[in-house]
Amino acid sequence: MSSETKQILTTDGIPLEVSLKKAEKKNKIKAFLLVAPLLLFLIITYVFPIGEMFSRSIDDKMITNMLPKTFKEMEKWDGQDLPPEEVFTAFYYDFKVLVEKQEHGKLGQRLNKEKNGFNSITKKLFRQVKRKKIDESISIKEQIMKVHKRWRTVEYWQAIKRTAPPYTLSKYLKGMDMYYGADGSITQVEEDRRIHRILWLRTLEIAFFVTLFCFLMGYPIAHLLATLPMKYSNLLMICVLLPFWTSLLVRTASWMILLQQQGVVNDFFVLIGLVADNNRPEMMYNKVGTYVAMTQILLPFMVLPLYSVMKTISPSLMRAGKSLGGTPFVAFWKVYFPLTIPGIGAGCLLVFILAIGYYITPALVGGASGTLISNQIAFHMKQTLDWSFASAMGLMLLSGVLVIYWIYNKLVGVDNIKLG
Amino acid sequence: MSKNPEFVKFDKVDKSYDGKVLVVKDLQLDIAEGEFITMLGPSGSGKTTCLMMLAGFETPTHGEILLDGNIISNIPPHKRGIGMVFQNYALFPHMTVYENLAFPLRVRKVEKDEIDKKVDKALSMVSLNGFETRMPAQLSGGQQQRVAVARALVFDPAVVLMDEPLGALDKNLRESMQYEIKHIHESIGVTVVYVTHDQSEALTMSNRIAVFNDGKVQQLSNPAELYEKPVNSFVAEFIGENNTFNGEVVDIDKDKCKVKLANSEILANPISVKSKGEKTTVSLRPERALINPTDKMDNMFTGKIEEVIYHGDHTRVRLNLLGNSEFILKVPNSTSNLELKVSQDIKIGWNSTDARALDPK
Repeated sequence: MSSETKQILTTDGIPLEVSLKKAEKKNKIKAFLLVAPLLLFLIITYVFPIGEMFSRSIDDKMITNMLPKTFKEMEKWDGQDLPPEEVFTAFYYDFKVLVEKQEHGKLGQRLNKEKNGFNSITKKLFRQVKRKKIDESISIKEQIMKVHKRWRTVEYWQAIKRTAPPYTLSKYLKGMDMYYGADGSITQVEEDRRIHRILWLRTLEIAFFVTLFCFLMGYPIAHLLATLPMKYSNLLMICVLLPFWTSLLVRTASWMILLQQQGVVNDFFVLIGLVADNNRPEMMYNKVGTYVAMTQILLPFMVLPLYSVMKTISPSLMRAGKSLGGTPFVAFWKVYFPLTIPGIGAGCLLVFILAIGYYITPALVGGASGTLISNQIAFHMKQTLDWSFASAMGLMLLSGVLVIYWIYNKLVGVDNIKLG
Repeated sequence: MSKNPEFVKFDKVDKSYDGKVLVVKDLQLDIAEGEFITMLGPSGSGKTTCLMMLAGFETPTHGEILLDGNIISNIPPHKRGIGMVFQNYALFPHMTVYENLAFPLRVRKVEKDEIDKKVDKALSMVSLNGFETRMPAQLSGGQQQRVAVARALVFDPAVVLMDEPLGALDKNLRESMQYEIKHIHESIGVTVVYVTHDQSEALTMSNRIAVFNDGKVQQLSNPAELYEKPVNSFVAEFIGENNTFNGEVVDIDKDKCKVKLANSEILANPISVKSKGEKTTVSLRPERALINPTDKMDNMFTGKIEEVIYHGDHTRVRLNLLGNSEFILKVPNSTSNLELKVSQDIKIGWNSTDARALDPK
């Protein structure tokens, strides 16, 4: 230890470490400047949008800002019985402001998401306030309660209280088919309305099987590529890469032509007598179409890492295995296969992660039973405009991928991955 | 137990990869049980192909290979029971040393205790005890080499093939491994077929050497005979150093012939020449020619020193002799050393029995 703590000096008497740092500083700055554009690009296009997505997915400030007085009064309310007069009064003044700003409709919609029935009673209340029917000199509580019986129901006031915090995880719960119940506890939606859970499971299932199919088909191809003489392996490599150079949309569209009921594949089946002309199987707008098209599209992502690993395995290892008495299968299973695991890991991880977030292909060939969670996200982005829900689901997908990556790291070790 | 002199037999074996060129031509080779035989030859001479055919990774295009009297051409490699040491060792990188050695035993369903015993024995044979849990990547080249040898021997094969196993090692290590392999062979008496292009390796280790060139065995004999009595000019050239004179036979009787060079005549030992008028290449080992010989020798000429190269234990002298300016002499460095200077004229003499008149180059 003493030799380590003793400072080494250069001939000029400057400590060696200081001198080294000084000498390296210029290079470090240069290196940083070189990567700076990419770093900036990543921050703008990656870190920032994800942060934005996250804040959007939990943001619930709109209603907090709409009813500031109400929530302040509600802090004193225990939430068991109907709120006291002060809460009603505060709510009335908040509402009056909203009416003037013509934002009462938004409030109704937002509250309606929390509990059905708010839309109509806010409209009713709005009419009363508009016509100045509410006398501010007497008990406002009594007057509001008279507007509709729901205003007399404690559950509705509890619902308003639940929206008080500026941040909420309700979007995430919704993504898992759950919601905050009347008492604030997490509840599952009715069984027949649990669509998201089905989608999540289906996404995992399709990603899993696509990975499996890619592996089963890619492994022999990669092996062939790695062992064929250069002349043929180059040609085969081009065949593998050719789809890579074709637009994703074109490839998907080609599959639509091939797989549809009057398509090429079905025509061929009819021709060879495999199926009757009037009983052509449906291979598109269901899972079959998604499986076929996604497997074909993602295959190169499996083949390339496998190939790069197999290329490094000396053929003499298999020979050694055989000459030592292993049957060809034993030699493969005990010698060759374990050495390809880094490639298998890389390929499977790549394909699985790509498949789990796949969008265009399932959207075009998947139909109702072949769509994935990403299609649902797109639906909320474009149709319902519930961006915070779409953000929440996107982040759930992202964290799912990170979890898979973590599990993979624990099982195989990321250092073992070989991408090329 | 008598040794089988035809334990491994190549019987008229031809091998062609493309149907146009024969890589191995009509190979006839018998290997005795317990023998250490080396296939020596330049690259592309067909020696490795022979080894691969014996191991079962290549099939002969024509002819049969017999192991202990049984035709093995149709037996797959894993059933031949032949151990093999590969050029780059081919240790399984994902297995420990122990697992590497246990592999051939495990596939043979040997009991665990028995495996432990055999692995231990094989490791002690190459003095690597205590390395069982190491991975191949944690071993030095020499250690990997030893593991490869141990693995090829651990299942007691009848024949062990070695394909240039020492090619990747540095010179000192290579030499010590040569002795080590030789000693292992001597102690367990396994039949070894060894392939190399390094002649000194072949001379050091083998009982017999088969010199390959152009798909054919040029000469098959023990190391001393191979060096002293090469049967053709390729072998003479390939094994050791060699001074040559090209000429024409002008006179021949039983054990002497007169060869006419450009402007002189020398006496030589007729090996592959039969009659007058034949072209020949006369081969003479550098150490067989002496400077100022005291004994009577039947070839005596004067040459001019062109270059003197100091080599530590000996000095090499390049002469211009009888029109050959590449004539090399080896002079041992002893205390009674001669003064050798460039452009000095010296007398050189040799016996005609050492000058072998071979086929013309």
